[in-house]
Amino acid sequence: MAEERGLATEAAGATAPMAKLLRADAGRVLDRWVELVAGNVRGRITERELRAELAELFDLLVRALDDADGAERGELRAALAEISRGRARQGFSPTETAVGVFALKQAVLEAIEADGAGYAGFVPFSAFVDDLGLVTFETYAAEREQVIVDQAEQLLELSTPVVKLWDGILGVPLVGTLDSARTQVVMESLLQMLVDTGSEFAVIDITGVPAVDTEVAQHLLKTVMAARLMGTDCVISGIRPQIAQTIVGLGIEFGDIVTKATLADALAYTLRRRGVRIEDGD
Amino acid sequence: MDRVPILKIGAVLLVSIQIDLEDQTVLALQEDLADRITRTGARGVIIDITAVDVVDSFIGRMFATIAAMSRLMDAETVVVGMRPAVAITLVELGLSLGGVRTALDLEKGMRLLGVAVPGADGR
Amino acid sequence: MTPDTTGGEITIASNDDVVRVRQLVRTAAAAAGLSLVDQTKIVTAASELARNTLIHGGGGSARVESAARAGRRPGVRITFTDDGPGIPDVDQALTEGWTSGGGLGLGLPGARRLVDEFELRTEPGAGTTVTVTKWPR
Repeated sequence: MAEERGLATEAAGATAPMAKLLRADAGRVLDRWVELVAGNVRGRITERELRAELAELFDLLVRALDDADGAERGELRAALAEISRGRARQGFSPTETAVGVFALKQAVLEAIEADGAGYAGFVPFSAFVDDLGLVTFETYAAEREQVIVDQAEQLLELSTPVVKLWDGILGVPLVGTLDSARTQVVMESLLQMLVDTGSEFAVIDITGVPAVDTEVAQHLLKTVMAARLMGTDCVISGIRPQIAQTIVGLGIEFGDIVTKATLADALAYTLRRRGVRIEDGD
Repeated sequence: MDRVPILKIGAVLLVSIQIDLEDQTVLALQEDLADRITRTGARGVIIDITAVDVVDSFIGRMFATIAAMSRLMDAETVVVGMRPAVAITLVELGLSLGGVRTALDLEKGMRLLGVAVPGADGR
Repeated sequence: MTPDTTGGEITIASNDDVVRVRQLVRTAAAAAGLSLVDQTKIVTAASELARNTLIHGGGGSARVESAARAGRRPGVRITFTDDGPGIPDVDQALTEGWTSGGGLGLGLPGARRLVDEFELRTEPGAGTTVTVTKWPR
């Protein structure tokens, strides 16, 4: 990986003179760095927070610059990764995140020019900062990936509600395409809800499901069987003609599993099983 | 080796499994139960597995054996409190526990055996 | 002797070793971040295979370790080894309902359905090694 190669093989000796310069000029360089970054991230992070963050980074960076064994560099990289992760979560763009590091080069360059010091140490220093920029970029990308994964999971939970239809009767209205993973999530949360609520009946309604494949049909079947092992009863309602054809065509044995045409039929069935008498109002 | 205690409540024998079952314990439990059913003339057996986090084919087979055995001695067996993860795993394993009656919890299991549960709402 | 949370090795020589294998696998599966259902599946598979090792292999060992794969979270891998008679007909042993005696014939095929990866190496007279792996979802 880029940061491994870059930071590990960078000779500490080459960047050590720059460490001396940065120590001498610490206040001015840090002020300028904060100023440059603040212009970039205006309004989304307070200047005090930013200063605290950059001051810590600056301190680690100076120590990393004349560090021979690499331990300080590891610490710097970790701190930087932490900040990049935070930026990714807060919705900063990758450019804004990386510029936060690259702005240091400008701050240092200005300090060198003001002092009239030589540029000799600047080239290895510049390469060092570039590597740090790559670290922020990689961490940023990885964190955004994680955000996407988390959101996909949340969406999955949102799309599989288990509702109470009646005292002792739960319902799972499934809408949309069912894949194996989602069916499995439904299966597990339904069974857990049966235990948590002490319900003995469940209706899985698939009216809103356009099609099922073998695997999904198998999962539904297994849910009903597992529910039965737990001493509860599961009814499947709303099987569309196409799905019925699929199930028969695939040769999946639904056996003695109770299926009803509509959710209303299934509810009436479970109410009867539960000993509730239904009277017509008119 | 641990032995699983068998409690008697009226005409029902209650076995609440609270330990990690090893095969010898399972076999001993089967024998103890058969013995207690004949001696007490119990009409029902409840096996509470609320605390059991793994049921493999050996333990699953015990449920079926106990159910078949007690039926011969005119007693009904109900397995209560199976955890969802255990139920899903048993289905995947291919064990259907045919012939074994199940209930969600102890109270519902008692009711299934026709035992009145004091304080329950009767449903 | 307390094995760390991600692995360890247990000698399977008696019934309570089967229980110890279950407990070690449970700890490792929880540490690997497997869901409760997946933990239960791998522990149940381990229980079946440990019993096989004890009964058909005449005893042996179970090694529990962390399994790595590129770019994903590590899983749990268990290797059961015995120096028993081996399995003469592997296809038959993996067939649903076939039993070499006493059992329901769910051991090997059942365990295979409960895991993500299943590898069986055996030779008549040279023992049996079964390796199973479960990955976090």
